[in-house]
Amino acid sequence: MTAAPPTIAPAGGALATDDLSAYYGTLEAVGNVSIAFRRKSVTALIGPSGCGKTTLLRCLNRLHELTFDACVSGRVLLEDCDIYEWGMDPMAIRRRIGMVFQRPNPFPTLSILDNAVACGGRRLNRRAKIEVAERALRAAALWDEVKDKLTRSPLQLSGGQQQRLCIARAVAAEPEVLLMDEPTASLDPIATAVIEELMARLAERFTIVAVTHNMQQAARVSDVTAFMLADADGTGRLIEVDDTAKLFTKPSDPRTEDYITGRFG
Amino acid sequence: MIGTARLHRRRVSASLGTAVTLLCALLCAGALLVILGYVVVQGIGSVNRAFLTQLPHPVGVPGGGVGNGILGTVIIIAIATAMAVPVGLLTAIYLALFGRGTVPETLRFLSDVLSGVPSIAIGLFAYTILVAPLKHFSAFSASFAFMMLMLPLLVRTSEQAIRSVPQTVREGALALGMSNFRATMRIVLPTARPAIITALLLAIARVTGETAPLLFTAFGSQFWETNPNRPMAVLALQVFNYAISPYANWQAQAWGGALLLILAVLILSLGARYMLRQASRRLES
Repeated sequence: MTAAPPTIAPAGGALATDDLSAYYGTLEAVGNVSIAFRRKSVTALIGPSGCGKTTLLRCLNRLHELTFDACVSGRVLLEDCDIYEWGMDPMAIRRRIGMVFQRPNPFPTLSILDNAVACGGRRLNRRAKIEVAERALRAAALWDEVKDKLTRSPLQLSGGQQQRLCIARAVAAEPEVLLMDEPTASLDPIATAVIEELMARLAERFTIVAVTHNMQQAARVSDVTAFMLADADGTGRLIEVDDTAKLFTKPSDPRTEDYITGRFG
Repeated sequence: MIGTARLHRRRVSASLGTAVTLLCALLCAGALLVILGYVVVQGIGSVNRAFLTQLPHPVGVPGGGVGNGILGTVIIIAIATAMAVPVGLLTAIYLALFGRGTVPETLRFLSDVLSGVPSIAIGLFAYTILVAPLKHFSAFSASFAFMMLMLPLLVRTSEQAIRSVPQTVREGALALGMSNFRATMRIVLPTARPAIITALLLAIARVTGETAPLLFTAFGSQFWETNPNRPMAVLALQVFNYAISPYANWQAQAWGGALLLILAVLILSLGARYMLRQASRRLES
């Protein structure tokens, strides 16, 4: 091992896992997952509740290790560098791998503007802040709705707007990968449609990995779909990854077929 | 099916139970109202502008006030708060963020023990380490004793306040690449602020009426004293001294002082309630 801290080659957004397992104490929640996410596309992670989708997602930006007693084995490769390598800085990694959560979680004490630039707006003056915020909020298709109330509290926004603000907040950091944990689970159908449309647009810039409960959503928004299933010990396994069109029409594993045809889950 | 007689008996015992609990509740509220009313009746006559703004008069001279005691109370509590808040808040942050394991558990236990220590014992402690070695009473030693009384309250309630901030908000900050420290300072603490201010107000209310630790720390003074290194008048102490005096006008002033103390605590409690409502509104959304 060299003395200098390891660094990752910039840009690209190539993310992959190699024999990744995640644990809560002694429980193995995700077991031996190896998957290469397609660059600048949407990969949907589907599977029944408790199959480890969210845990897998949280391993990809080193959020899993914040849970008490949680640990990870195997590798997560961003541009061929293991983000779990000793000496790797989780904060630097999370700037390159952004995340959007299941429930909108804007920072309640910051204004809409400060939320949008929360990743690093502290040193900016107001004009620069607004510039950065406008870019991010436009990318999240929210700018026109909030441009006249940037100093207001984000809690005045609707749930869908709050979620787009959270997307803007993640986009403002200019990451290469965007992780989304059931981003529409708490939204109504119209807000959901807006976010789904947005995801397709964001995929031009980012590698997106999205967990979803909703198979129609996976079919609508993703290019690639990964199906996970918990085995008898409760360990989530990756069953099948394929182009979304192929996985939903000609799955190669009978368990995938059972799931997508609604025979269980 | 239940027989009518049995049903009737159930209904009677149910209403009896309701009546008993209601009675006990009224008794509690009633006791408080009686105390409040009695203090108001006895004390309102002594409270006027002179009482609030003048120095105490010597025995036999009518009039005079507790102005220096009010000032002293404010000064001593302000110094105590200035010392207790940083220590208490940082301890609370530590406990809320790194709350598992032997050290935090021990800290929590010690803090609970400290909150149970009689205030007179804390006063004695302040006397032993700050008054006796320096050979003079001082307002600062009283502030030190008050700080010790406020700390456990501040620590435990602020810890709760910080913990009540949803984990998703914290994770949202960390997922943006903020450090643990920055996420806490910039995002989590501001979200918990109303609840933390509530804790602070309640801690101040708790020490406002404390008298025992003042007996051998602040000691009291007849003058407008503002130097924390010297003995200082304190309202609670004046109430104590006047109440046990044999003079009728001093006793009347003791009631007046007691009324002021109760009012102060009442206002602090109302402030705390208001802040708590702000806090819950912030956490709901």
